[in-house]
Amino acid sequence: MTGHELAGPVGAAAAGLYLAAVLGRPWPPARTACWLGGVAAAVLGASPTGHGDFRAHVAGHLLLGMLAPLLLVRAAPVTLALRTLPVGRARGLARLLRSAPARGLTHPVVAAVLDVGGLWVLLRTGLPAPADPVVHLLVAVHMLLAGALFAAALVSPDPAPHRARLGLRAAVLVAAVAAHDVLAKTVHADPPPGVPAAAARAGAELLYYGGLPVELALMVLLGAEWWARDRRAALRPARAASSS
Amino acid sequence: MVGTTGTDRAVTGRAARRNALAGVLLGLGVVAFADETVFHQLLHWHHFYDRAGSAAGLVSDGLFHAFGWAATVAALFLIAALRRDRAARPLRVVGGALAGGGAFQLYDGLVQHKLLGLHQIRYVPDVLVYDVVWNVLAAVLLVAGLVLLVRTRERGA
Repeated sequence: MTGHELAGPVGAAAAGLYLAAVLGRPWPPARTACWLGGVAAAVLGASPTGHGDFRAHVAGHLLLGMLAPLLLVRAAPVTLALRTLPVGRARGLARLLRSAPARGLTHPVVAAVLDVGGLWVLLRTGLPAPADPVVHLLVAVHMLLAGALFAAALVSPDPAPHRARLGLRAAVLVAAVAAHDVLAKTVHADPPPGVPAAAARAGAELLYYGGLPVELALMVLLGAEWWARDRRAALRPARAASSS
Repeated sequence: MVGTTGTDRAVTGRAARRNALAGVLLGLGVVAFADETVFHQLLHWHHFYDRAGSAAGLVSDGLFHAFGWAATVAALFLIAALRRDRAARPLRVVGGALAGGGAFQLYDGLVQHKLLGLHQIRYVPDVLVYDVVWNVLAAVLLVAGLVLLVRTRERGA
């Protein structure tokens, strides 16, 4: 079975599980919408893409590696799992999230290197059109997971006991966006192996401009977090003064 | 403003810094955005990437594209916070914006276009005219912004 054929059933299962967990409990509809949108973007991004068309390959990356992970992370799946799972398993999950490997993987710098670095390797080596379906599947899974790790490290609404400071997360985001842009420009100038020059240029511009909406969404989410924190800080002395 | 206690001064000092910072970030963002839309997209004067520049030029360009957007978003949240706290000083924001925008345009015009050879303003024989107009305009914006920032500084206390 290839990745293309797997995407539909796996997506349906992911959507079904989430809906079943949400059913009958107070849960923000926006989060459910994020999850369903994320699943749809991932399935669309992993679906067959006219072979050899580099633009379609880039579009797949934008959907599977950028948009879908952000939407899935914003759906707060960990919070939902912690509330839904039996107590024992929920504790196990919480322990897993606190473990050293989980902490390391969700460090913004590590997540960014895995995410953008993976894409860099993919486009700067012969991997864009892997003949082997297993390799293709692994690449797709890596894209989705690395993207989710990156989004979670920056703007996860889930409990994160070791979340990095806001300033560090913002700096990592700017660096990752810059690396994404530089990668697009090098693809523009030096087509990946087996990609015609015109197709590489079109794909590079899609990569450069098409990633922007997701990058802006990440920036706005970080900004909103700062704004909310700043408001709390501004209210604190006033409350302290009025109570004294 | 009620009195001139220490906390009040600290609060006004922070608001003054915030107004200036919001302006500088906004100016950076607007100039980066104008560069991208007007010169790259609409006029097609700038080349997306012409392989003329060095690796440093490419990294500088990528960082500025990324930072331009982040600066715009950050500036809008700062302004929202200033308005929420009733501490917005529009003139100071404008001063910061002119200074930040001018500084970035000067960096783009001198360092990115000339020193790093990233791309030219326009691919014509007499690019010098374009360079002079571009950089003089940038310097004028920068100086006007700095003057405005100095004139809107907190006095008194």
